[in-house]
Amino acid sequence: MLKNVEPKPVEELAYEPAYAELEGIISALETEQRPLDEALALFERGQALAKRCAELLDKAELKVRQLSGEGLAEAAE
Amino acid sequence: MSDWHNHQMAAGVREAVQDNESESAANDNQVLRAVGLRQRVAENATLFFVIFDIFHTPGGPEIIHDCTYCSKELGFVHSCRTSLETCSTVDSLIEREYAQIIMEQLPLFEIPNRWTVTELTRYLRQLLESNNSLQGIWVKGEISNLARPASGHLYFALKDSAASLRCVMWRGEASRLRLALSDGAAVEVHGSIRVYEPQGQYQLQADAIRSLGEGALFQEFLRLKALLEAEGLFDEARKRPIPQLPRVIGVVTSPTGAALRDILNTLQRRYPLAEVILAPTPVQGEEAPPGLVAALQSLNQLAHPDVILLARGGGSIEDLWAFNDALVVRAVAASEAPVITGVGHETDFTLVDFVADLRAPTPTAAAELATPITVLDLQASLNDATSRLEAAILALINSQREFVDGLQTNMRYFSPLRRVQTERQRLDELIRRVNAAQAHRIALDRSHIRGLERRLDALNPHSVLQRGYAVVTNKRDRRIVSSKSAVKKDDELNVHVADGEFEARVSL
Repeated sequence: MLKNVEPKPVEELAYEPAYAELEGIISALETEQRPLDEALALFERGQALAKRCAELLDKAELKVRQLSGEGLAEAAE
Repeated sequence: MSDWHNHQMAAGVREAVQDNESESAANDNQVLRAVGLRQRVAENATLFFVIFDIFHTPGGPEIIHDCTYCSKELGFVHSCRTSLETCSTVDSLIEREYAQIIMEQLPLFEIPNRWTVTELTRYLRQLLESNNSLQGIWVKGEISNLARPASGHLYFALKDSAASLRCVMWRGEASRLRLALSDGAAVEVHGSIRVYEPQGQYQLQADAIRSLGEGALFQEFLRLKALLEAEGLFDEARKRPIPQLPRVIGVVTSPTGAALRDILNTLQRRYPLAEVILAPTPVQGEEAPPGLVAALQSLNQLAHPDVILLARGGGSIEDLWAFNDALVVRAVAASEAPVITGVGHETDFTLVDFVADLRAPTPTAAAELATPITVLDLQASLNDATSRLEAAILALINSQREFVDGLQTNMRYFSPLRRVQTERQRLDELIRRVNAAQAHRIALDRSHIRGLERRLDALNPHSVLQRGYAVVTNKRDRRIVSSKSAVKKDDELNVHVADGEFEARVSL
């Protein structure tokens, strides 16, 4: 699952995919035997994902848009 | 009580009245009881009953009465003590009526023809407030003279074409009132008739007010509910689960209402990762049902939210009526995304609540139910994940290290160096054996040589010399002289003997 996907840059990930990938990495590290360099690369990716998630949580601001006519408009709260 | 003597009782009454002096607070119930008792006995027994009642209820009330027999006004109980003590009629009164008290249960209803205002008012109060058909009633009329003083109580009159009824609603009930009251509003008021003694007024003490149409609306509500229920729209099996982590939350409500503000505040606090798509719509009035239907539909079509909040702040049953509209109910049922309703207050139920996938008591609660997992939960599980990540890599590194350590051990075992050592050892062994063999041979050779040496020794001419022989060599040609023909006269000879040599000359 993790091997064949070209990983997206961590900074572009939303919380959910970032967290999902983090969990995947953790379970991979916990259950699979991997070459050390591969495992370390996964670990670094995991760390970056965890950092990204934490940032997203810390900075999260509710985004509010409004249906207007046939489309969506930014709504001033 | 039944074995009391009359005079004992009279004394008891006097004591009670004296005791009563020290009691201060008057108790309304006791007043009523005393008054009630008085109303229900024969005139000539009145005094006794009044006193009798006070006797049983220390701290009893002010009683004003004339002594029927001596015609003295007794006034307040404490001020009539003298009269009681001196009035000779008291004892006889008690004596005469005593048996009757015991035997009969307040037998007579003889109303006095002379009243004090207080007595009459209390009598009326007792009469009205004990009448069940005047308690817990609904009264229909039009509101007028509405007053809301700072106390928070509500005062108004309920009018119709021919009459007017004073009404009061205490602060507690008034604060729970959802209906916006105004003069001229046609309402039904629920409450009980009370008498306000100081002004001699009866009034309706209200505990609930509903608009006149409310009763009819409620019937309509029940009819619609039964209809939609029969269609299966409210079946539990239709209800969809609410997503745990909604990315897009649709909100169908008024863009200006408190409900929206409450929802946004709650979502920001609990789960700011979500995106909110507001589908603004009127939530009250004629445009509300089509507006709600359109908002639900376009929200589903354009925004594909994970969950929809359908919300409105509190209001009367009429204010909330759009949420009982069959079209709105069907639009909720048809919604692609699961719908959580938060309409009105906790006690309000509208038909959308029944069709919704989840019903919340208020808009705020709806926002809470839409975000079962909060940002705090996420932070906690993220911390957990980070720890697991680190633990996993550490475990991996440790196991790798152990593996490498194992390899090293193995490597030492299978190492070529080890073979070299083995080979060297074999070589050493060979060398040792070779050496041993060599030594053996050398030893053999040596003994052989020694034998040879011994044999050689035996042949050594020197050893012959030892035995006295001599070797003679001719100095001239250094040859051994073994024949006399080999020498001539005057040849110089060397003669070797065992311990050296000397020269000699041939003389013959």
